[in-house]
Amino acid sequence: MKCFFNKIIILIGVMIAVAGLFVLAAGAVHAGDPNGSQTYSDSIAGLKLSVNFTWTLLGAFLVFSMQAGFAFLGGFLRQKNMLSYMAHCFIDSTFGAMVFYFFGFALMFGGSKLAPGLDEGNAWFGSDGYMLLGGSYDVQTIMFWLFQMVFATKTVSIIAGAVAERLKFGAYLIYSFLMCGLIYPIYGHWVWGGGWLSTLPFGAGVKDFAGCACVHTVGGVMAFVGAWVLGPRKGKYNPDGTPNPIPGHNLAYVVIGTLILAFGWFGFNAGSTLAATDLRMSVVAANTFIAAAAGATIMLFLTWGMTGYIDVPYICNGALAGLVAITAPCAYVAPWASVVIGILAALIMRGAVWLVEVKMKVDDPLGAVAVHAANGMWGMLAVGLFADGTYGGVSGLITGSGWQLLAQFIGTIVALAWAFAWGCGVFFVIKYHIGLRVSDLVEFEGVDKHIHGTPCYPVEGSLVSLSGGLVAEEREQEREQMSLLEKSISSDATREKIYSEKLGRWVYALVKPEKKKR
Amino acid sequence: MKKIEAIVRPEKFNIVRDALTELGYPGMTVTEVKGHGSQKGISEVWRGRRYRVDLLSKIKLEIVVKDEDVEKIVNTIINESQTGSIGDGKIFIFNVENVYRIRTKESGDVAV
Repeated sequence: MKCFFNKIIILIGVMIAVAGLFVLAAGAVHAGDPNGSQTYSDSIAGLKLSVNFTWTLLGAFLVFSMQAGFAFLGGFLRQKNMLSYMAHCFIDSTFGAMVFYFFGFALMFGGSKLAPGLDEGNAWFGSDGYMLLGGSYDVQTIMFWLFQMVFATKTVSIIAGAVAERLKFGAYLIYSFLMCGLIYPIYGHWVWGGGWLSTLPFGAGVKDFAGCACVHTVGGVMAFVGAWVLGPRKGKYNPDGTPNPIPGHNLAYVVIGTLILAFGWFGFNAGSTLAATDLRMSVVAANTFIAAAAGATIMLFLTWGMTGYIDVPYICNGALAGLVAITAPCAYVAPWASVVIGILAALIMRGAVWLVEVKMKVDDPLGAVAVHAANGMWGMLAVGLFADGTYGGVSGLITGSGWQLLAQFIGTIVALAWAFAWGCGVFFVIKYHIGLRVSDLVEFEGVDKHIHGTPCYPVEGSLVSLSGGLVAEEREQEREQMSLLEKSISSDATREKIYSEKLGRWVYALVKPEKKKR
Repeated sequence: MKKIEAIVRPEKFNIVRDALTELGYPGMTVTEVKGHGSQKGISEVWRGRRYRVDLLSKIKLEIVVKDEDVEKIVNTIINESQTGSIGDGKIFIFNVENVYRIRTKESGDVAV
């Protein structure tokens, strides 16, 4: 562990040194338009620009609020692990933002020429705009950076739900660093930053309006690999491979989280026009919500019909599935198509939950894989199917042209392969060199108490002794007892399980009372 | 009739319950309790300051059984919940004068 922290410290040192070099190279004086006086003018053109700034910034703020939605989805987890999940979501939006500021943004948008100061880059990665210095110290570029930064941090948070309840914190930091600094920006450059996918000679190139592939497929597939390499939570699977339900602790949080996410998604999709003068944004916003509503409605009747109960967590996931699937096609399709996309998205989500949980035996507590990976891919293909040619020159299969579908298919496969390869690389290396998973005792008692020092819902004050911490001698005793306990709990994990006819379920251990009497 | 009152670790409760059910004693009353014996408490952190949690979470389970079953159940509980570290809990045995089943008004051993 100590050696691992040394590595982190060295890494931070190297980052600071590299950053210092860039500051020297760029010079403090050379800048784009840091106060906006050259960009703005008292004319119709200047006012248009102001309106567009306002719209994009509003979008960025809305997308930022989605982080609260993600955090609230922690209601799906047990309360002993809530704080750790919240911490993952929180550090994504702070630590991730730092990484994206230092070099993620430059790798993603260098060479895209979408804003001043983003000139150098090739079809594979960008290399301009590091730390928003020099020419990129400009009002337009920085507005663009803010909008893209909140997107990047959302991508990182997708995985937090899949690996929740059992991941070491250091491993999450490394993953978060790589995701925000390399994996997401480079794929994003290929699609959004003028890279090779956006200039494919089929149809209009790969079109991903607000990030079905860049955000959801990449994040969802990483989540799948992470959960797969980590292994299931204790007690999730019986020896014969059937899954057990592990109920969460607060469904009120889940409903609130879903509503906050749906609200933020207006900024995610409609804000992605990056311009209030682009009046298509009303269609985008309406399509976004129509797909969510369609997904939730179909899950309402499906769960009612299949189980006899109206299953609220599934309805929430249905709405999220619709939102994810409409993210890429929202600008290119008509409202009727978003109903179809939303309904199919919810069904795909239901199918993917079954596939991942029952067939592949990957334990994904929040359903991140089913919601984000499966529907990210479906949303990408939906552009190629339903785009009606009224916006951005994108024509799908319903207009009689299959080329766009081919482009979308290539984009999706590349996203899948890219995220899968990186996921395997990152998680297997961490697993065999640093350790990915917490010990059995920590997992049983909850990661909150052991990694963060306090449970998410601390006991009442009257039950706490205010006399300060344990003295050294007592701490020594605590450690000793802890290791005994740890040994006993891990030996429980290796106990042979048997199927009890009386209970109708798998029980912890083979009970042989006759033998024990001897 | 005897009442067995066992205070066990929450970590071990599921195993104990499964074992007792397998033995044929599915009925029990369970309470989440807090307390401590010779265990010193654990330390937690609140905004950078360490504090001590003296009272620890335990699970108390109560079972009323016929006299001859007591030893079997006590052995099962001890075998399944022992870890060897401080804080494994205790088992208390009480005499029970009588038991009534409210539904049928039965009393005595039949009602257990």
